[in-house]
Amino acid sequence: MSALVIENLSVVFGRFRALDGLSLAIDPGEVRAVIGPNGAGKTTLLDAITGIARPTSGRILLGDDLDLTRRSEAQIARAGVRRKFQKPSVFPALTVRENLEIGCGLDCPASERSDRVAASLAETGLEARADTLAGSLAHGEKQWLEIGMVLASRPRLVLLDEPVAGLSDAETVRTADLIRSLRRPDRAILVIEHDMAFVEAIADRVTVLHEGRTLFEGGMAGARADSRVIEVFLGR
Amino acid sequence: MSGAMETSSMAAPRRLVPDLGGDPLLAAVIGLVLTGALALVLLQPAPYLVNMVGQLAAFAILAVSLDLVWGYLGILSLGHGLFFAIGGYVCAMHLLSHAYAVTGVAPDLMQFMGWKSLPLYWFGLASAPYALVVALVLSAAIAFVFGYASFRSRVNGVYFSIISQALVYVAMLLMFRNDTGLGGNNGMTGFPLLFGHPIGAPGMVTGLAVATLLALALVLAGARALVVGRIGRSMLACRDDEARLRTLGYSTTRLKLGIWCLSATIAALAGILYVPQVGIINPRVLSPDLSIEIAVWVAIGGMGRLGGAVIGAVAVNALKFWLSAAMPEAWPFILSGLVLVVVLGLPNGLLDLATLRPKPTWLRRGGGLG
Ligand SMILES: Nc1ncnc2c1ncn2[C@@H]1O[C@H](COP(=O)(O)OP(=O)(O)OP(=O)(O)O)[C@@H](O)[C@H]1O
Ligand SMILES: [Mg+2]
Repeated sequence: MSALVIENLSVVFGRFRALDGLSLAIDPGEVRAVIGPNGAGKTTLLDAITGIARPTSGRILLGDDLDLTRRSEAQIARAGVRRKFQKPSVFPALTVRENLEIGCGLDCPASERSDRVAASLAETGLEARADTLAGSLAHGEKQWLEIGMVLASRPRLVLLDEPVAGLSDAETVRTADLIRSLRRPDRAILVIEHDMAFVEAIADRVTVLHEGRTLFEGGMAGARADSRVIEVFLGR
Repeated sequence: MSGAMETSSMAAPRRLVPDLGGDPLLAAVIGLVLTGALALVLLQPAPYLVNMVGQLAAFAILAVSLDLVWGYLGILSLGHGLFFAIGGYVCAMHLLSHAYAVTGVAPDLMQFMGWKSLPLYWFGLASAPYALVVALVLSAAIAFVFGYASFRSRVNGVYFSIISQALVYVAMLLMFRNDTGLGGNNGMTGFPLLFGHPIGAPGMVTGLAVATLLALALVLAGARALVVGRIGRSMLACRDDEARLRTLGYSTTRLKLGIWCLSATIAALAGILYVPQVGIINPRVLSPDLSIEIAVWVAIGGMGRLGGAVIGAVAVNALKFWLSAAMPEAWPFILSGLVLVVVLGLPNGLLDLATLRPKPTWLRRGGGLG
């Protein structure tokens, strides 16, 4: 059984194929990294999974059976799929705590909400900032808040788009710890990153995407040794 | 400061009476409105003054209804005059059929239209409670149909504003036609009675103004309770990043539709209270200018802060009342000048004058003023 199955997925913008017959399967409990040069289609893949981009062909299955392909964004989220966006997307006019409450989602029982918010605050290290407006957070704090919002909903599929972009080395280390702590047997995590050392530190397997197709799939060491991967990364 | 306010509003989320301590501006505005109501009763100023206060209060309710969707949800309606007019027209139909039922004197409209009796769709409107329900439900229903069509197909931002403007314009053209049976160009006027009493009697004038002020206070308190609660937080989230809110599992269509209909109902209430005080309704309330002007009131007062909408509506209209007597030709220029000043210098409206803090880009809800 897989946590996420993507079959022959294509997303087309005009005449441009951002994803071109992509297939991918992620196991429960797995941390999968997706890497690839700019414009490879990494964000588009997340857009397709979360219902923002409509695939022209192919299927997206959550846990082998639940077809997400034609569902709305809200339905997909309520099925347990949460995402951190590439550009930090927190609600600036709400406090950190309120952001996390919204992150809990509509299906969260009211009695559980404050516990989950407290847990997310602790895990992201944002306790001292709980009553700060999210709009006035530093860049790194926004990234963590967004991860905290993902956490608060107890998702079964976590999608993280460049969680360490723009972070300092120390912050990157902290974020790697945070993501490792997200691991659970019943949860799959898909991380998009450019930072190879970071990917090596957190991921079980890596998928290399190039021009909307899979170039390589396997361990990070194998990716480093693969001649096509080297060509794509050095040739850009 | 804002941290302390936050925790206090978090601590008691289910309070029935809204916590006004967190918003000194709104508390002051509501206090002033209630004091004004009391003053009208006790001091009994000249009826024209009382009447003016009542009309300003109706405009303030209208402004608050727009602030709810624009300031808190980011939906700029340039057609709110439509809902105001629905309230106003139904109220006028009530006043005419009520007077007809009491006095037996046929209203001018019937002679003008050559009717022997009032047509079927006037049936029952002589009853005030029924007319009230019709006005509120009708505006909510029309808002629902328009909102559903727009929000579902994700018509947002400036496109929504333009379509809402088109809607009010179409309604105006429709109402200008005589065969619509609602007075056409002339509209409806000459309302002799309200609840069986002469409408111009001083007690009636005061009663209407006081009722409008009380309604304004209630609308403000209710709106405040809404925006500081869980729904209010979703509204701000939706305003700032709707796509993000959807990917968190929220149906933003439902949220927007609900608040949109509520706003339309409040606008209709404003129209209901306005018409007996001004004594006339005609298609000019449906003119696009008026609908744009409502947005100007809110922008000038400061959007997303309820109290700001009241201040804007009162300030602009008081100026208008005064100027339209003193130098009516100058009004459009002065209004445009005001808009320019606000757009260029005071992004948060007149409220910026009180605070002058360097934080104009995104607005905090409620009490940023302490
Ligand atoms: N909504 C859209 N309309 C048209 N083209 C798009 C759209 N979204 C993405 N694209 C194009 O699809 C291609 C893939 O974009 P995508 O954002 O998925 O790349 P990425 O792998 O995430 O790159 P990066 O590393 O820069 O974030 C790019 O060429 C981009 O210009
Ligand atoms: Mg990307």
